[in-house]
Amino acid sequence: MSSQRTLIHGLILAAFCLGFGMLLVTTNSLTKDDIAQRAIEDRQNSLKQVIPDSIHDNNLAADTLTLKNEQGKDVVIYVATKEGKVGGVAFETSGIGYSGEIKVMLGVDPEGKVLGARVLMHKETPGLGDKIEVKKGDWILRFTGLSIGNPPLEKWKVKKDGGQFDQFAGATITPRAVVRAIREGLQFFDANKAKMMEFKSSNTAADGAGKAAATGETK
Amino acid sequence: MTTDYRTIAREGLWSNNGVLSMMLGLCPAMAMTNSATNGLGMGLATAFVMTSSSVIASLFRNSFSQEVRIPVFVLIMGTMVTVVDMCMNAWLHELYKVLGLFIPLIVVNCLPFARIEMVASKNPMLPSMADGFFMGIGFTLALTAIGAVREISGSGTLFADASLLLGSTFKFMEMRILPEETGILMMILPPGAFLVTGLLLVAKRMIDERSVRKDTQAAPATSAA
Repeated sequence: MSSQRTLIHGLILAAFCLGFGMLLVTTNSLTKDDIAQRAIEDRQNSLKQVIPDSIHDNNLAADTLTLKNEQGKDVVIYVATKEGKVGGVAFETSGIGYSGEIKVMLGVDPEGKVLGARVLMHKETPGLGDKIEVKKGDWILRFTGLSIGNPPLEKWKVKKDGGQFDQFAGATITPRAVVRAIREGLQFFDANKAKMMEFKSSNTAADGAGKAAATGETK
Repeated sequence: MTTDYRTIAREGLWSNNGVLSMMLGLCPAMAMTNSATNGLGMGLATAFVMTSSSVIASLFRNSFSQEVRIPVFVLIMGTMVTVVDMCMNAWLHELYKVLGLFIPLIVVNCLPFARIEMVASKNPMLPSMADGFFMGIGFTLALTAIGAVREISGSGTLFADASLLLGSTFKFMEMRILPEETGILMMILPPGAFLVTGLLLVAKRMIDERSVRKDTQAAPATSAA
C-alpha cells in the first residue's frame, strides 16, 4: 500500500517535471535566436566603441584570429580592415581589480596607439570603482591616442605608483588594474603585431555587404 | 487567509511586509541594495516572478499531493525564473543588462516560497495572484527604502542611473542629495546593508508600536462603554 502511494507521488512529481520541462523547452526555442542575436549586437556595440567606423569596411565580429598571450590564454582578436588593409585591431584584456576581474576591450591602431578602451565587465564597488565605466565618468577616455612610449613604459602607472594616470578618491586598486590591463594589452599587441598585420579579411570583396554587416545587421 | 483584497494589500505592503515583518528574503535585500535603483530593480523582478508563480501554484493546487509539494514549488519557481530570464534577455535586452544579474538570485529567495506555501497552494487564483503581487510590491518598497538610505549616506545620490533601468523619461528621479565625495563608503559596502536593514526594522517596529498604543488608548473608552 505504502509503495503504491510512493509511486503515485513519484508520478505526480514526474508529470510536473515533464510539464515544466516542456515549458522551458518551448521558451528556449522561442528565445534562442533572439538571444544569440542580442549577444552579437552587444559584441558589435562594444567593438564599435573602440574601433571607429571610418577605419574598417569589414564585419569586425566575423574577421577574427586567435592568438595566445604570455600566460598561454587564447585571445580573440577582432581585425578591422579597409580595402584589405589592416587598420586596427581590438581585443579583450583584463586586470584584477578590487573585487575580481576587470575586462577591458581595447582597440589599437597599426602604430600601437590606443584607438579606444572600454570596460566590458567589472565587479568594483558601485560609486567608487565604477567610474571606469564610460557611462559613469570620462576617465577611461584619456587612454585614447596613447601608446607604449607615449607616455614611456615606466609612466604607465597610477600617480600613486609614480605614473601619470589619476586614481579616484577612495579607489586606487581599480584604476591601477585598468592601467595595467591596457599596458599589458599594448605590450601584447607589440609582441604579436606581425601576425595581426598580415591578416587577410574574408569579406573585403563584398564591400557593401561587409559594411552593412559591420553596422549591426548580420543575418 | 481572507479574500478581502484591501487586507491582502495592507498585509503585503506594510503589516506583514516580506522583509520588514517576516524577515524573509534578506539575502537579496541586503546584497542588492547598494543603490535605490538596484533595490527597485531587484524588487520589480521579484514581484513579477512572485505574481506569476503564485498564479501557477494556485492553478495546480489540487493536483499535487502534500508529500511532493515542496519539490513542485521548487520546480515552479525555477521554471518561472528561467522563463523570465530568457524572455527578458531576448526581448527586453536593455533592461536585462541592468536586471539580468538579479534574476537568477530570485530562485534562492525564500519569500516567494513562503507565499506559495502559505497562500497560493491553499487559495484560488485571484487572491493568490493579489497576494503574490502585493507581497512583491512590498518587497520592492522595502528594498528601495534600504537602497535609498544606503545610497544617500554612502554615495550622496538618490536613484542614480534610474534612467538605465526605467528608461530616459525617469531621468528626473536621479538626484544628488549630498555633495560629491562626502558619503560614508561603509554604507554601500556589506556592513551598511546590515546596519540599514536593522535600523529600518527598528523604525517599522516603532511605528507599529505607536499605532498599537494609539489603538489601546482609544480602546478603553469603547470597552468601558
